Amino acid sequence: MRSKDLLGLYDLTADEILSIVDEGIKIKALIKKGKKQFTDLAGKSAVTLFYENSTRTRCSFDLAAKNLGMNVINLGVATSSVQKGETLIDTGKTLDAQQNDFMVMRHPVAGAPRLLAKTVKAHVINAGDGMNEHPTQALLDFLTMKEHFGKLDGLKVAILGDISHSRVAKSNLFGLTKLGSEVRLFAPRTLMPTDIDQMGAKVCASREEAVKGVDIVMGLRIQLERQHAGNFPSLGEYAKYYGVNDEVLRYAKPEAIVMHPAPVNRGVELTSSVIDGEQSYIEDQVFSGLAVRMAVFKALA
Amino acid sequence: MIFKNAEAVLEGGVKKVDIRVEDDVIKEIAPSMKGEGIDLKGLTVFPGLVDMHVHLREPGFERKEDIESGSRAAVKGGFTEICCMPNTKPVCDNKVVVSYIVNRAREVNLCKVRPIGAITEGEKGENLAAIGGMKAAGAVALSDDGVSVINSNIMKNAMLYASDFGLKCLCHCEDKSLVDGGVVNEGYYSTLTGLKGSIRAAEDIMIARELCLAESLSLPVHICHVSTYSGVQLIREAKARGVQVTAETCPHYFTLTDEAIKDFDTNTKVNPPLRAEKDRLAIIEGLKDGTLDCIVTDHAPHHADDKNVEYNYAAFGMSGIETSFALSYTMLVKGGVLTLNELAEKMSLAPRKILNLGGGLKVGEKADFTAVDLNEEWTIDPKDFLSKGKNTPFTGRKVYGRVKYTVVDGEIKYEEKTK
Repeated sequence: MRSKDLLGLYDLTADEILSIVDEGIKIKALIKKGKKQFTDLAGKSAVTLFYENSTRTRCSFDLAAKNLGMNVINLGVATSSVQKGETLIDTGKTLDAQQNDFMVMRHPVAGAPRLLAKTVKAHVINAGDGMNEHPTQALLDFLTMKEHFGKLDGLKVAILGDISHSRVAKSNLFGLTKLGSEVRLFAPRTLMPTDIDQMGAKVCASREEAVKGVDIVMGLRIQLERQHAGNFPSLGEYAKYYGVNDEVLRYAKPEAIVMHPAPVNRGVELTSSVIDGEQSYIEDQVFSGLAVRMAVFKALA
Repeated sequence: MIFKNAEAVLEGGVKKVDIRVEDDVIKEIAPSMKGEGIDLKGLTVFPGLVDMHVHLREPGFERKEDIESGSRAAVKGGFTEICCMPNTKPVCDNKVVVSYIVNRAREVNLCKVRPIGAITEGEKGENLAAIGGMKAAGAVALSDDGVSVINSNIMKNAMLYASDFGLKCLCHCEDKSLVDGGVVNEGYYSTLTGLKGSIRAAEDIMIARELCLAESLSLPVHICHVSTYSGVQLIREAKARGVQVTAETCPHYFTLTDEAIKDFDTNTKVNPPLRAEKDRLAIIEGLKDGTLDCIVTDHAPHHADDKNVEYNYAAFGMSGIETSFALSYTMLVKGGVLTLNELAEKMSLAPRKILNLGGGLKVGEKADFTAVDLNEEWTIDPKDFLSKGKNTPFTGRKVYGRVKYTVVDGEIKYEEKTK
């Protein structure tokens, strides 16, 4: 990697993305064969710093670091000095002084990992920053896609859901367009970000248009708070006009797979029959997440 | 005292003259007078620049700026007169705070400092501030800058009551419900960065409301820091049908676009936000055709601690008073948009008229003027700022036009020390 940090896929080249994904595929295969303990980064240390609640992403990073032999500290922001008003820069300097090799951060403000990365010597990994990026989520998505289709170019990917507030959609868009795949987006107009078509996405007018002939159907979580903010009338109406059900899924290629960053709102962005159906790779994504995060640590070290 | 060999920007055009000052008044402007004096050869002399929209932070936020540091910065920037916004602590919403600022400025004794009083108590938008008392103490205008007066009926009453005292309301235009936590312009770059955007309508709706009130009441109104192409058009149309509106913009709105936010530099965070290229071009057009009457800085100095944080948590605003003239001259005069006389209008004469401040580069007026070397190229570096606020997005930018002397009431208040 050219960079000390992984802040977003916007900053990576196609080759860098591919080498991480390919390494992840190798690691995943080894784990499948029963290998759990690796020693690649034995003796190094990582700290996870989550300014937003998260269970799955944090567990995934924690386990990935431990699998590589690292010592891991999980800093709960609610119980740390951040509660006492410490600035991000000061927190970063403290963790740096403790000789941590990696800092994995999730933060509600876009660009916050960049500020941390500028401050510290440690490698910073963005675990999600505001509405900006969630690079390891997109990388794990790519791992699952490549394992399944054998390639990451020439794929057609439909992403449906709350695009506006989705760092997952943005990281996928940045990565997939670099890799030569097509990204189609569909959402209520209230949840579609301005000018995203100028970033290489195809903004679709209907679910059917978005899904027609695609290889991958990706749902994004719809949060109840978006309803309260007036973006749509109710979750029920969302599901009826914007959700993906079996009927919508039939527009995709027969061999298409269904993905979702999870946790899923059953019956809202995807129906249970889609989530639990044969085409669903949502659980496989979780496994890919562990492998790709190990690959990211290795790539930066 | 005689200021000799000046290229003076006079009403009829730029002329090479000597300027004779007695006490604090311009006594004579004529070619080659007899007698010794200060040689201004090679320098262009403007009527004393006026910045009718600055934040001096005193009282209350002296860590960011105070009346002395702000005044030092102002005269270094070529300004002989500045008007300071009332969002201090306590808010400048009564005669006591107005008097404090007037007296403190007198002690500092650099540029003229004209306080702007709040429209409503505490800038809360509820009860009218003590407008009569503030006027008597020296307030030259009213503004709740930083926020709009949300209740339209209170704004109507404020404009009516202020007119009894010959004061104008300077309107910060922002519909907070539409801004909804936005920190940058909504568009390509808000989507790219994931920073929450605010649409132009959030500014335009309030501009339109103030224009409607001014039209309905047949009263004057002044629109602060216009940043949108659509806002320029609203004002242009209102002027065309006779609404008594004047308007200002700032150097950053005709120099930068929201592309500047893409590296998350918190020095680009300002309210209203940096907009798109079509807005920047419309602001320039508005200055050229007279829709926008004047250039102000919205000088908003902040302590480094207020900016060295995550973008959303950083304070809004730019320290602009030491870069305003050079940016304006470089972008607008060297850029072929305005003549030197038009620049003098935007940066001195128009604000004088809008706020009835008097003055100008004429015999009989107060001897307030600014001498600039228009040919000197320099590089903006906040380390050189006299303002406590080093928060500029222009670091490293090359500009033309270096202030050499700032003269207030016949006294040299700033002279550039040769290195």
